[in-house]
Amino acid sequence: MSRFEIVRTGASATGAQPATQRNVKHRGAEANPSAKALQDNFSSGVKRVEVIWGETIVYVDPASAHDVIRWLHDDQSQRYDFLSDVTAVEYRDADVPIEVVWHLRSLPYRRFVRIKAQLPKGTLEIDSVWDIYKSADWLERECYDMFGIRFRGHPDLRRILMWESYKEGFPLRKDFPLRGRFSRSEQLRQALAQNPEARYSMEELTIADAFAELPQEMRERLSKGERTGE
Amino acid sequence: MSKRTVEVELSTTGLDAQGRPQRVPILTDDGGGGLALQAPPGIEPDLEGEHMLINIGPQHPATHGVLRLVLELDGETVVRCIPHIGYLHCGFEKIGEYRQYNQIICWTDREDYLNSIGNNVAFALGAERLFGIEVTERCKVLRVIACELSRIMSHLVWLGTFCIDIGAFTPFLWAFQRREEIYRLIEKWVGARLTTSATRVGGMAADIPSGWMDGLRQFIRTFPHTLDEIDRVLTRNAIWVGRTVGLGVMTPEEAINWGLSGPMLRASGVDYDVRKDFPYLDYETYDFEVPVGTNGDVYDRYLVRFEELRQSVRILQQAADRLPDGPVNIDDPRVILPPKSKATSEMESMIHHFKVVMEGPRPPIGESYVAVESPKGEKGYYMVSDGTSKPVRWRIRPPSFVNLAAIPKMVEGHLLSDVIAINASIDIVMGEIDR
Repeated sequence: MSRFEIVRTGASATGAQPATQRNVKHRGAEANPSAKALQDNFSSGVKRVEVIWGETIVYVDPASAHDVIRWLHDDQSQRYDFLSDVTAVEYRDADVPIEVVWHLRSLPYRRFVRIKAQLPKGTLEIDSVWDIYKSADWLERECYDMFGIRFRGHPDLRRILMWESYKEGFPLRKDFPLRGRFSRSEQLRQALAQNPEARYSMEELTIADAFAELPQEMRERLSKGERTGE
Repeated sequence: MSKRTVEVELSTTGLDAQGRPQRVPILTDDGGGGLALQAPPGIEPDLEGEHMLINIGPQHPATHGVLRLVLELDGETVVRCIPHIGYLHCGFEKIGEYRQYNQIICWTDREDYLNSIGNNVAFALGAERLFGIEVTERCKVLRVIACELSRIMSHLVWLGTFCIDIGAFTPFLWAFQRREEIYRLIEKWVGARLTTSATRVGGMAADIPSGWMDGLRQFIRTFPHTLDEIDRVLTRNAIWVGRTVGLGVMTPEEAINWGLSGPMLRASGVDYDVRKDFPYLDYETYDFEVPVGTNGDVYDRYLVRFEELRQSVRILQQAADRLPDGPVNIDDPRVILPPKSKATSEMESMIHHFKVVMEGPRPPIGESYVAVESPKGEKGYYMVSDGTSKPVRWRIRPPSFVNLAAIPKMVEGHLLSDVIAINASIDIVMGEIDR
């Protein structure tokens, strides 16, 4: 085969050709075999398993979420090597805890599982899975940016879609009004009062010299000599 | 880290005291035998160890939108790359929590705006799983046609802009000419070119007009000629190959671990296509192949996307041949609007019309994550319902966001001019990244 050609494949190497799901039941469909394996291996870490619309949801204890995901990634009978998504869900009912959601795929076995950990409001902190999946880097940053969930062990947990000095809070939280927390005039006033150089990242501050304008927490991290580059 | 060196032919007379080649001015023959170019005397000053910080974007045509890259350069080699995004953030996910399901479809147009009709289909599929709806056979085939047309449109924009970034202009014009034909087809079908909003939960906004399939068949017949022409100009072109081979290499393990999907992942040799591995819309019944690269560099990404264009034409041909007659929308007055003539003449239809518009369809409590193979990769919509007509949470899994996250890994160690080629090969759409 020459360098100018491409391999074409009809189907994956393992297993028969899967088919489009039809007539999926709302609840009570057959669970992904990984859920059973998880319950056997992590007796206390796995709280319950639900199947909704054919998708398996495993509720895990926040403390063991990292271990569960590590095991799913490493175990040869599971091989969940692809992290599709990290996100969070906050319900309209204020008493319901916030859920951190991981969507994992096993490319060799063609499996899909959703892992959920419920975090009570006030202690929004959980272990990062960045050491297992590099794709968690930006996904966790976005989750922190939008919900304020801190991922322990993430190498560079700073805002990604909003700017570092954004002061209105976390936009996807239910207590955040759709129009923003500040009035339009206040938003405009803050925008005009901002030092544009303060939007540089920490590495660039060597040339930007806007250290004093940065948020307190960011200055602390910086003064400890933290490197936050990718 | 691989370093590519550019070898420039210099006439050197020897080494200086530090062991560096001593440069002499280039002589041009102007007939008189004198010096046409005067070089500064002595050798270049010592620049070793000095790094330069340069900023590309957010307003730069080669960043394909409002991406900002801060690059630390050692000479011309990128030592570090820091991407900044968020300049186009509109809060789609927040707004979706205040909108009914059919209203959110209009927002899906605007995120990955090169693939808007494909996003409509993806969202409708997610919502339909949440509602427990199976769409009709005709609707499925029409959606496949919509998805593949938008894949061709998106890949053509990518191809054209990639050519422009690297310096080829002609394929850009050819690609955009053909893209215009698809836009005309889409416009005839749904009335809009870019902001299509073509689907509804349980069906489509409109069936195709009469004679539309002739236009599609015409396109299917003539489009491969354009592909052949572009292929002839680019694939074995020495400049093209020289600018793309060996750049931004991702090994299969790295590509999976960094969460790359779509052509980016397949160029690295990982055989993962949502249409094959987790099929939807009966994709398993279509006969098509998945192109897979071997080297995971920019050139293989080009080959993979190029072959995908051909495979999309194959799928379109099969869909055009099998399009069955019958209704497009399901027969369920709780989610589908009644025909206008009935809504104004029958009491029940009018009530249904009022309830679907004012209250909106209500799914049962539950959640769904449906991923489709968008031109950029695995695009997923995750929806959580609490039984009301508006989702508790609507999440977009943006493929180009995750793909772009790997750009520091891909560009570090390469030359500044290669950053443009690598960035173009990711095929980013900032509307989708920032949402």
